[in-house]
Amino acid sequence: MRPFDYVRPSGLPEATRQARAEGSAFIAGGTNLLDLMKLEVMAPTRLVDINRLDLAECASLPIGGLRIGALVTNSDLAADERVRRDYPLLSRALLAGASGQLRNKATTGGNLLQRTRCYYFYDTSAPCNKREPGSGCSAIGGATRLHAILGASDHCIATHPSDMAVAMQALDAGVEIETVEGITRSVPLSDFYRLPGDTPHIETVLEPGDLITGVVLPAPVKATQIYRKVRDRASYAFALVSAAAVVAVENGTIGSAALAFGGVAPRPWRNHHAELMLAGERPSEKLFEAFADEVLGEARGQGGNDFKIPLLRRTIIATLKQATEESQ
Amino acid sequence: MTAHVKMDAPDRRNRLDAMAQGVIGEPLDRSEGALKVSGKAVYAHEWPVEGLCHAVLVRAAISRGTVTRIDKAPVEAMDGVLAVIDDDRLLRNPAQGTANKAPVQGPRKIFYIGQPLAVVVAESFEQARHAAQQLVVETEAADAVLDPEAETLEHERPKGKQTSQGDLDQAMGAAAFSIDEVYRTPGHSSAPMEPHAAIASWDGDRLTVRASCQMLKYNRNELADALGIKPENVRILAPYVGGGFGSKLGIAHDAVAASIAARAVGRPVALALSRRQVFETTMRRSESRQRVRLAADAEGRLTGIGHAALVSQLPGEKFSEPVTQATHFLYAAKNREIVHEIVRLNLTCAGSVRAPGEAIGMTVLETAMDELAIKAGIDPVELRKRNIPETDPEGDKPFSSHMLASALDRGAKLFDWQRRNPVPRSTRDGEWLIGLGMSSAARVNMLAEAEAIVTLSAGGVRIESDMTDIGTGTYTVLAQVAAEMLGQPMQSVTTVLGDTDLPPGPGSGGSWGASSTGSAVFAACEDIRKCLAEKLGCVEEELTLKDGHAVTANRRVPLAELLADGPISVRGVIEPGKTSKEVRQSTFGAFFAEVAVNEVTAEVRVRRMLGVFAAGRILNAKTARSQCLGGMTFGIGMALTEELIHDPRTGAIVNRDFAEYHLPVNADVPQLEVDFLEERDPWASPIQAKGIGELGISGAAASINNAIFNACGVRVRDYPATLDKILAGL
Ligand SMILES: Cc1cc2nc3c(=O)[nH]c(=O)nc-3n(C[C@H](O)[C@H](O)[C@H](O)COP(=O)(O)OP(=O)(O)OC[C@H]3O[C@@H](n4cnc5c(N)ncnc54)[C@H](O)[C@@H]3O)c2cc1C
Repeated sequence: MRPFDYVRPSGLPEATRQARAEGSAFIAGGTNLLDLMKLEVMAPTRLVDINRLDLAECASLPIGGLRIGALVTNSDLAADERVRRDYPLLSRALLAGASGQLRNKATTGGNLLQRTRCYYFYDTSAPCNKREPGSGCSAIGGATRLHAILGASDHCIATHPSDMAVAMQALDAGVEIETVEGITRSVPLSDFYRLPGDTPHIETVLEPGDLITGVVLPAPVKATQIYRKVRDRASYAFALVSAAAVVAVENGTIGSAALAFGGVAPRPWRNHHAELMLAGERPSEKLFEAFADEVLGEARGQGGNDFKIPLLRRTIIATLKQATEESQ
Repeated sequence: MTAHVKMDAPDRRNRLDAMAQGVIGEPLDRSEGALKVSGKAVYAHEWPVEGLCHAVLVRAAISRGTVTRIDKAPVEAMDGVLAVIDDDRLLRNPAQGTANKAPVQGPRKIFYIGQPLAVVVAESFEQARHAAQQLVVETEAADAVLDPEAETLEHERPKGKQTSQGDLDQAMGAAAFSIDEVYRTPGHSSAPMEPHAAIASWDGDRLTVRASCQMLKYNRNELADALGIKPENVRILAPYVGGGFGSKLGIAHDAVAASIAARAVGRPVALALSRRQVFETTMRRSESRQRVRLAADAEGRLTGIGHAALVSQLPGEKFSEPVTQATHFLYAAKNREIVHEIVRLNLTCAGSVRAPGEAIGMTVLETAMDELAIKAGIDPVELRKRNIPETDPEGDKPFSSHMLASALDRGAKLFDWQRRNPVPRSTRDGEWLIGLGMSSAARVNMLAEAEAIVTLSAGGVRIESDMTDIGTGTYTVLAQVAAEMLGQPMQSVTTVLGDTDLPPGPGSGGSWGASSTGSAVFAACEDIRKCLAEKLGCVEEELTLKDGHAVTANRRVPLAELLADGPISVRGVIEPGKTSKEVRQSTFGAFFAEVAVNEVTAEVRVRRMLGVFAAGRILNAKTARSQCLGGMTFGIGMALTEELIHDPRTGAIVNRDFAEYHLPVNADVPQLEVDFLEERDPWASPIQAKGIGELGISGAAASINNAIFNACGVRVRDYPATLDKILAGL
């Protein structure tokens, strides 16, 4: 670990100002950042500890919906009564992630911004475009069991590992950001992450100093919610693939359907275009297959992760089946 | 006084059964358990040592080549840095178990990625780690050999490890049913909870190392030899060891580098391997390619067994995974062919990891047996029972004891095996397909030379040996032997272990620790009893010792009275003898597993699992059970998740942490049942006990894999059975 400065601001303006300088990083739970610092994969010269900021509240919004403070821990969020009642898939996604100890420390903002688990990103002796732009991608042609089948590029095939973000994506969440100028802006989660293209080191729309202050969930809709995580062991493993579904069936036809997928792409993957195929249709195996094929239309395996294509297909179909059956 | 017992003849006296204290075999808690769970047991790296500084190893980033230059100056100038050392005595490979001399040294030649090249010493751990990361080592790379199945590789066939009897090809041709399949198992890491660590301090020419080691009497010699000093000048202390699973059998990088560094800076030095370094630099279990051929007649009696194993190792290392160890004797068949081949690779040194040999050899053989059972339409339990040999099928030696058939029967009954529907895909629970599977367990049994001093005084009993307790219960089990023999309540017995100043024990490895050291304690206790009998004027056999009293005829005398003129101290020595050669010694057992395979995702979950074991006298029912639970848990990992994944181009282990190297976690481990068969093996040891630790893994994974087939009809021949391998067949 390199020597670094440490500051602990007590207000938002100071926090964003402190974090603006090059080499600065916010630290929340530290469950991801500290590991990366020990390995010198990330080497911030200044840590801006945000744990004293007033961002640990979950507030019900007057217009319906929930505003989750960036410092609400994964454990607290999963246990929140409103979340369990109105957004049960979020609770399930959180509880399917990491371990009890990690969830006690991990925060909402930190979870959104956790870095990929690509083996090569973690190995400073291997080239990695995310770590060192322009150095090359070691994952391509290497061990690719974890890697992306959708949204990847020739420069990076890493996945985003979060479970929480996948559930939020299906819930149409928005990310609330405080800028250095003191402006609060809100970005839909679907626009928050950037695909790697030829700049895989730029992962989100955040600008230097930008602080996530919270995540806003819109008012709950009457729908069946499912989070299904497929993994190598029963707990404490990242998703090989995961599916989050919010599906409403009325009078035998699908009213609305929102689906997001994890473990398969550089960001929680959602295909709004494919979702249009579902609305207004009667649930059927054929429909689900067509939807899955549409989602996977551009999917490309890397060898070691080829299995994710059939695995996601089967998972999508089963999830839709379950969701529509439960929603009848 | 010394009581020396050479195991030249079976000991059928079953003396421990005739004693009165009633603690032997009892499921007693580990005496040091509370210290461990409350964090009070001090492990190697935790000793408060004055003036301590810290060292971190620097790794090679290439798989083969030479170090051409180390740019020390900039790092030496960094904050807190005390030294950058690239001493020729630094290890290249860790020592193999019982090596007793220095392993390969000289870090300048690089043979595997991750190999330690230098060590950086600094005031704080953080400074040392950062400095180590900054050290620029210039290397010249050479072509590395990374693929064990590359066709161009030479296959070594060591003499003495090949067996051929009869004509297997002919048997295969004439068989009513046969199997000829190739199976693969991946590399494994021992992955102990406590990483390898040492604190070294010098006092003049005398070196003390607080270390995490399994076999101190060997480790002392290995360390001394590596450093070029006399063993008498080395003391190793390892009272608590947080698991080893083979990777701490021989001296490793940590102790040697810490000792060199401590000498260089003139201060005590602590060095702990990072988790990644444990994966990269300590022993790995070789991956294997195994071809199994089984030929059977119409009744399912084996007429031929072929087992050809290919394993890998670094150039120059003698050890190679003894895959077929149990195939030699497990099943009868006239025509036999056992082949052992080695290829030389540039991957981390291969060595003993959790039951070397049987863990993967039995697993594959028992998978093949399942395939044969299905082909022949014979119940898998029955097929095994039909093929149990009367005597060792290769040497015609008798077995010292053989309870495989009983274990199979008992397991089948306890597990309600008859409920199994032999037709795959016939049992379902929602999305889950349910299946049952079983396998035999076998592990060779070994006795090792061991010494222990037992002292009986008015205050109680003291046992001393340099034997280690690596979390297995040695402290407690040895105390139970002495308490039983000398009629003491457990709290009056103190066991002191893990210090090379004490009499040499066998160390923890090969599952021999408890039976060997227990036998040394037993031998000493028998002599102490003789002394007491003499004092009382009776024959030893008539002496009853209980609760600190001696009883003979109708006299009851407090032992304190008999010991008024001083304690009795005896050095017990057990030496293996003819019983190790005249008979075939093995432990046996059977595994039964129920799994669920998800029909959508091919995820596998073990629902319940049973192990029935015959391992001689059980000295402590609780610690013995715990050993088997651990073995079976490793079996779940081997079957489903555990695998060293190497980058195909560099050989780097890419999943070198506990997030990605998937050992089973709690949620993967269902209710496990362990059942021991009552057994006394007179050939094994004077206490009729045998090794237990490794039996619980030896074949376990096959029961799970066989259950997968029964559940969903997909046969996985490439361990572990991750979902991608099953999915294709669903
Ligand atoms: C062994 C292991 C297993 C895991 N398994 C899973 C799993 O199965 N599923 C899963 O989803 N996750 C898993 N995780 C990841 C875990 O969820 C994340 O580490 C955690 O959510 C990160 O939150 P944190 O608060 O600790 O973030 P930190 O480590 O503090 O920060 C992470 C990043 O976010 C930035 N940051 C933090 N807060 C803010 C903010 N408010 N505004 C702007 N930037 C911010 C930091 O600068 C840093 O770059 C696992 C982690 C580990 C170590």
